[in-house]
Order: sequence, then structure tokens, then C-alpha cells
Amino acid sequence: MKAVDSTMSYLELLKLVSPETIVVVTALAVLAIGLATGRAKLTATISTATPAQSASDSSTAMGICSAIAALGLAVAVGTVLMLPRNETLFGGMLVITPLTLLFKIICIALAFLAILLTTSEKALRHPGEYLALILFATVGLMLLVGSEELLMIFIGLELLGLSLYVMTAFDKTDVHSAEAGLKYFLFGSTSSAFTLFGISLIYGMTGTTSLAAISGKLATVSVQPLLAAGIVMTLIGFAFKIAAAPFHLWAPDAYQGAPVPSAAFIASASKVASFVVLGKIVLIGFAPVRGDAAWHAMIAGWSPMIAVLAALSILVGNLVALAQSNVRRLLAYSAVAHAGYTLIGLVAGGRDGFSAALFYATVYAITLVGAFGVVAVVRRETGGDDFSNFRGLVSRSPVLAACMSVFMLSLAGIPPLVGFFGKFYLFSAALRAGADHGLLWLVAVALLGSFISLYYYLIVLKTIFVDEPAVPVARHADFVPPALLPRATVAVLGATVLLLGIAPQLLAAPILAAVP
Amino acid sequence: MIAWTIYITFAGAVLLLVLPRTFPRWIALLTTIAGLALGLITFILTPIADLAHFTSIVRVPWVPALGMNYHLAIDGVSLTMVLVTGISAVSAVLFSWDVEHRQNEFFFWLLLVVAGCYGVFLSADLFLFFAFYELVIVPKYFLIAVFGSTNKEYGAMKLTLYSFFGGMLVFIGILTAYVTAGSLDLNQLSQFQFSLQLQAWAFPVLFLGFAVLAGIWPLHTWAPTGHVAAPTAGSMLLAGIVMKLGSYAGLRVAMNLFPQGFQMWSKWIVLLAVIGIVYAAAVALRQRDLKFVIGYSSVSHMGFVLLGLGAATVLSVSGAVLQMFSHGVIAALLFAVAGRMIYRRTRTRELDVLAGMNLSHALPFAAFTFIVAAAASMGIPGFSGFAAEITILIGAWKTHPVAVWITGAGMVLVAAFTLRALKQSFFGETDRSLHLQESRVALDPNWNEQRSITAAEKCGACLLMFVTIAVGIYPKLLLDRIMPAVEAMRFLK
Repeated sequence: MKAVDSTMSYLELLKLVSPETIVVVTALAVLAIGLATGRAKLTATISTATPAQSASDSSTAMGICSAIAALGLAVAVGTVLMLPRNETLFGGMLVITPLTLLFKIICIALAFLAILLTTSEKALRHPGEYLALILFATVGLMLLVGSEELLMIFIGLELLGLSLYVMTAFDKTDVHSAEAGLKYFLFGSTSSAFTLFGISLIYGMTGTTSLAAISGKLATVSVQPLLAAGIVMTLIGFAFKIAAAPFHLWAPDAYQGAPVPSAAFIASASKVASFVVLGKIVLIGFAPVRGDAAWHAMIAGWSPMIAVLAALSILVGNLVALAQSNVRRLLAYSAVAHAGYTLIGLVAGGRDGFSAALFYATVYAITLVGAFGVVAVVRRETGGDDFSNFRGLVSRSPVLAACMSVFMLSLAGIPPLVGFFGKFYLFSAALRAGADHGLLWLVAVALLGSFISLYYYLIVLKTIFVDEPAVPVARHADFVPPALLPRATVAVLGATVLLLGIAPQLLAAPILAAVP
Repeated sequence: MIAWTIYITFAGAVLLLVLPRTFPRWIALLTTIAGLALGLITFILTPIADLAHFTSIVRVPWVPALGMNYHLAIDGVSLTMVLVTGISAVSAVLFSWDVEHRQNEFFFWLLLVVAGCYGVFLSADLFLFFAFYELVIVPKYFLIAVFGSTNKEYGAMKLTLYSFFGGMLVFIGILTAYVTAGSLDLNQLSQFQFSLQLQAWAFPVLFLGFAVLAGIWPLHTWAPTGHVAAPTAGSMLLAGIVMKLGSYAGLRVAMNLFPQGFQMWSKWIVLLAVIGIVYAAAVALRQRDLKFVIGYSSVSHMGFVLLGLGAATVLSVSGAVLQMFSHGVIAALLFAVAGRMIYRRTRTRELDVLAGMNLSHALPFAAFTFIVAAAASMGIPGFSGFAAEITILIGAWKTHPVAVWITGAGMVLVAAFTLRALKQSFFGETDRSLHLQESRVALDPNWNEQRSITAAEKCGACLLMFVTIAVGIYPKLLLDRIMPAVEAMRFLK
């Protein structure tokens, strides 16, 4: 790895952060265009006030803005591909490795999908601002993924978090959106405080914020209580971020109340990036204080702590999901459980466990964006996302129903969908890691959890396939044109989940190659 | 070539999805016939000597990083199972000829079950095997919950959760074997020496997981409710082949991987099997619903399979495999009569009500079919059931004579409930019928003007009857291929 000294030219620096720069520029451009069209609409509304016309104006503004945003992201992917393979700047503040490049691309792709879903949202009256927020959040993700230094990670987290809070509360017409935004903000800022406090303690004890240097220091000093407190607090902050029990309480409201694209973004891109960073922090930074989570040889360290978090998330998430009657709330609790499964990979540790966790987080994100896409379409056409809105979906839209069953069954871990392979990979890594099948208890808990989860996923599918629609679907007073783009997105994602299940090599090989 | 059974069946399923409302019945029928034909051709062309070992037929790297291969293999046991899958599938399609509601979807799920079963019987890679095994679960749910009858959502969910619970145990066992031995290849794994300590706990976990699907007592309760709730073709496939997945997997995976563990636990398998045979037969004797009688009879017959496996002699295990084949055919036949021939025409399966109808006059062909099926089910010589059960009992005599005695007594119960069902459903007292006929008329005025048995039903029934009689008269045809393959298995040595 080549260490670049801090006297490097700005031009060279700009080259290395060109993807981030491009996304920021795109965000500003989208913001400006949104402003211009919004002003034009305002004058138009004053002069000739026909609601239909203003709605169509808003949708053209949405079209233009999202096209530009999508284009910007595509260009950003292109520049990511042109970056050098290995660079480390400023003691790990900006790290470029195959892993960070791969996950920058994945994060951009997930943001792209969120933008595609945005086009179906009727309630967003300021598309420019909304899309700009998605792009800013994406920059946060890219910084987060591309850093191995605690301060930079914190900045990334904050940039991401602040954008997400606003995105959650963006639907001004819906009181649930405001409630969700407030809850998310309160929990999120508390968790940021935890993280920052933890980081400060770690800095105080080790005198550095670079993960590699922290690891070096931890290997030589004995762990004092203050340092342990620092590690625990940092981890708690991330547990909030990935919604692991018992720090998951914001998730159900945020998933249910936020505009669908925001919820999809929180559940997918934000989660993947958080797992990448959490993995780096514990596996690189805290490597010397790993401990052991095997049942017959428990040693204090972060790994038993994460193991307990994982087990708790799996049980709480799955059991509470059983009682839900709203699809988005159900997805939120299942997200808690899936965070638990993914954490198992980190407990297992090593190249094998980390790549299994990253694989699982990525396919989970893809699946969940798809599920939220279905929710978005159903919500647009029936005005809600309770189970009753999904009744008899198969007769209204067979393709959508088929896609939803692909997503649900993949989450449940049914072959030939990718969730099945993901679980196999994850659990086999966990079992291989502990000597003498030490992590068998965790795998058993996880399997019990996925057994429970099949029930509620099947209930969703039963609602879609077996139940008759209660009443003829109440169309809204105004005509709703079919949302073609989200439908196409959902179909493509459904095909992806199936394809990756049949050929997991397509994603597993790049991840395995990228993980050091 | 036999690998094409899997591809053709999947292709048929996909075709049904993309071609809505274009002869779905014919697509399904042709697909299943092609599968059966491939099985038969392989059966005829492959020399018996080649079937003595689990010989690879396809092997392609799948996920090299984890040692996964797309690896198929065949021996006499798999070939037998592939054949019964083909037979049950063809007859199941023939007996669903009248499905009108969401036809494409129905046959899609049906073909997925069939394809998954072919896959299980042919896989030689543990991951592939487990993927096919789990693949079968969800289509069953939809077949029952969407197209079933009596209490269908409950039955479907119960069956699915039981299967998935078993799958969970299997997952633990498979992961343990994979991680310990570092390989997923069944042939390599069956050479690997697992530690005794590991075998002692991994075998029961793995075997119990599989046995849930085979209907082992006391985890059998999903089977009767599931069979009753399922549409006719669903019950035929469930009892005919899906339950066999469990027993086949127990033999192929659990017993071959952990032979010492099997020896430690075999007496418990025998115990549960014998309890299952007697208990299910006794329960069947008291059922009022004809399909429940058949559902419990399936549990009882699967008890024979488990007894054969648990007794662990070449003869008993071969008999168990033959019983899997034979019961696949017989169960399909019984469910076809009860679910399709009777229920579709009378709208009832209550034995008391059927007794008043004396259906043997109205539906002579159905009565004939049911007599053949009942005779085969009771174990009358000349039918496949006899050949299989006698092989199991002779094989088990050496190791578990007491179990054989008790099972012998259980067979009397089997005969008793079968005869009771036969008498009540087809040969009831006619003079009682007047009153009941009136009550029937009120419920369903058309019951007495039913169409006669259709050609599709006749074809399906004749196919199944032919097979059970042919195997009953000449069981050597299958046993010649089964026994060398069983002898080659490790747990017998």
C-alpha cells in the first residue's frame, strides 16, 4: 500500500475523491433545477390555477431532476472504476482498496434504485430537494465506506444521518412521516452522541483515530475499563444505525412513516455501508480485543457482545414481526432480525466471515429495495400498505405478486433464491470460525429465527395469493397512471434475486476477491 | 440423460408461467410424461452393474470458493425413486384434468414439486441436495392453500411449518458435516470418518429433521391434515413422493454420513417406527373422513419404511426402498379414488354418508380401482405392497424379532381399517340410503347425475394399477437394482 504524504497536490486529491465530488455537484445541480422549476410552477399556479396542470408540472420537474440525478450517479460509477486500486491518504481518512471501490459502487447502485422508486411518489412536492438529499446521503455513504479513520467515519455518519432525518420527515402532508422523522432524529442523534463519546474515549486511551494504529496500540496495552467503555459505546452507536435489538425502536416507525424511497434507502444503502464500516472497525481496529463467543470458551471482548446482540435481534425481530399487520412494519422487524443474521458474520470474523456478512448485507439490501418497490406501487394504487391493501394482489397484478413472493421467500431463505445461499454462506462461516463448532449456539438461534420468520412471510404471501380482495380496490378520486418505472425496477430486482440465487458466484466472487 | 428429468420439468413450469391459458394441462402432461419416459429409458438402458454405486452423471463447479458443485449421480435407489416420481407425477396431472381455477398457477406449483423431487433424488452434492429439498416446501403451501379443500389454510401452514422445522434440523446437520469434513460431495463425505462424539449428536438431529417429512411418530400430525386439505393431485404427490424425500434423505445422507451414530440410535428409530405403524393404523380405524383414513394409512405405511431403515440389514433396507416405491403408487391410487373419483362427484368424504349411497353401482370403475388399491395397501400377495412389506419384515427378523411381531399385529389393524373404508365407501347398505339420499338431494341436487369416470381418470388409474400389480408379481425387476446399491452403502459394513 502506498502512503501518500500530506503535501500532495489538491489536483491529485481531487482526482481520488472525484466520485464524491461528482455526486455533490449533481446534488447541487438537481437542487438548482428543482428551485427553478418550483418557481416557474409557483408563477403558473398564480396565473392559471388548474390542479391537474400543476400536478403534471411537478411530475415533469420530478422527471428532469431524477434523470439528472441518475446520470450523475452513473458518471460517478464510471469514475469509481477509473480510480487507482490501492491508495491510503492522511492516515486512513481516505482509503481506496478493491473493497471500498466495490462498496462505493454498490451504494451508488442502491441510491440509484431509490431514485427510481422516487418517481412513483405523488406526495413529494419538492422533488429537487428530495433527490438532492438522497445524493448527499450517498456522499455520506461513500465517505463512510471509503474511510478507515474514526473521525472521518463520524463525519460520514453525520452527513448520512442528517440527510436521512430530513428524508424521513419529507412528506409534509402525512403526520406519520413527521412522527417517524422526529423519532429517527432523536434516536439517531443519541446514537451519534454515543459513538462520538466512544471515539473520544478510544482516542484518549490510544492517542490515535486511525483504525490500523488503534489496532497496533490495543495489541500492546492491556484493556482498561475506560477503553472497554469506549469500545462498547462505539459499538452501541452502530447498533442503533443497523437497528439491532435492543436499539431498534426507531426502525418500525421510520420504515412505516417515511416516504417509501426514504425507507428503502434507510433499509438498504445505509445498512450496507454501516455494516462495511462496523466490520472494518471491529475486524481491523479492535482486532486485538476480539474475545471469543464460543459457548465452551467464552472470553470477554467485542465478539461475545456482538453475538449477544445478534441473538437478541434475531429473536426479538422475528417474534415481534409475527404480530404485525402492516407490511412496512413487518419489514422493519424482519430487518432487525436480518441485522442479527448479518452480525453473525462479524462474530465469525476473518476473511470468510466478513465476506459472508457483506454478501448477506448486500443481497438483503437488494431484496428489501424490491420489497419496498412493491409496497410503493401498492400504496400508490390502493392508498395504503396494510395487509388488507395487499389482499388479492395476484389477480390485480400477477407480476408484482410474483416479485413480492420472490422477495419474501428470499428473506425467508428458500432456494433457489439468493437469501438461501446467503444464509448457508453465513452460517457455514460461523460454524467454521469457532473451534470445535463453538458458534453452534448462535447458528441454532439463527435457524430457529428463520423458522419463525417463514410464518410471517408466508402470511404476507397468503394475503397476496389466497385471500380475495375484501372490497373492490378503492381507486382514488383522481386517476392514477400506472407507475411503470417502479414496476420495471421491481421486476428487474426480482429477476436479480432469482439469478443471484442460481448463480451466487456473480456477487460472491467479487466480494471475496475484494475482502483482504 | 436422466438429469434432463429435472431440466424438462423446470422448463415446463417456466413455460406455464410465460404462456398463460394455452393448454396448461397438456403442457403439464407432456412434461411429466417426458420425465417418466426419461426415467424408463434409463431404467432399461443402464446395465444393472452400473447402478451398484452412486455414479456421477453431471459435475460442474458452481461456487468453487465454497466447494459447491452442480453434481448429480445415480444408483439403483435413486433410479427407483425417480421412476416413482415420474409415475406419480403423470397420474397426478391426469387426476387434475378438471382443475379450472388458476390452471397455469396450479400446474406451475405442481411441476415445481416434481422438479424438486427429481433434484433431491439425483443430487450428489449436499448443498444442491438441500436446495432441492427446501425448494419443494413452498410450492406445497400454495398448492394446498390456494387449491385445497377442508380447512386448507390451517393444513397448508401446519404442513409447511413442520417441513421447515425439519429443514432447520437438517440445516444444522448438513452444516456440521460440511464444516467438519470440508466437503459437500456426498461420495467423499461418505468416506470421511467423523468423530464418534460428533456422530452421536449430529445423526439424530439430521435424521429427525428428515424423518419429520417421512411422517415419523410423534411428528406425523402434519401428514393427515395436510393430505386432507390438499387438492387431489397435491395429496397424491405429498403422500406419493414428498414423504419419500424424508426417508430417502435419511438413507442417503444421514445414515451414510454418520454410520456409527446410526448404530447408536437405530433401535430408537425402530421403536418409533413400530409405534407409528400401530398407532396410525389404530387411529385410522376410527376416522369418519375417508381422506383422513388414507392420510393415517400413509403414516402407517411410512412406518414400514422407517422400520426397514432402522433394522439395517441389506434385505430390510432394500425392502424399505421398495416400500417407498410401492407406497408412492398405492397412496396416489387411494387419494385419486377418494379425492377425485368420489369427492368430486358426491361432494362428501364422510364415510357414514357414503355408506348410504352404495357407490359401487354408480361408479363401478371407481369401486374396482379402490378394491385394487385397498388390496395392495393391505398387503395381499400379488400386489407391490406385499412384496415390499414382506421383504422388510424378513430383513428385520434377524435383528429385531419383537418389532416384527408387533408389526405383524399392526398389519391386522391395517387390513381392518382398509376393509372398513372399502365397505363403507362403496358397499354400504342400500336400504338406509333413502333417507340419506333425501338429505343429499337437499345439499347437492346433482349428485346422482354425475358424469361417469372420465378417460383421463381411467388412464391415470390404469397406469397406477398396472405398476402396483407388475411390481407385485415381479419385484425382482426393482430389487435387482436396489439391493446392490444398498449393499454398497457404508452403514452396513
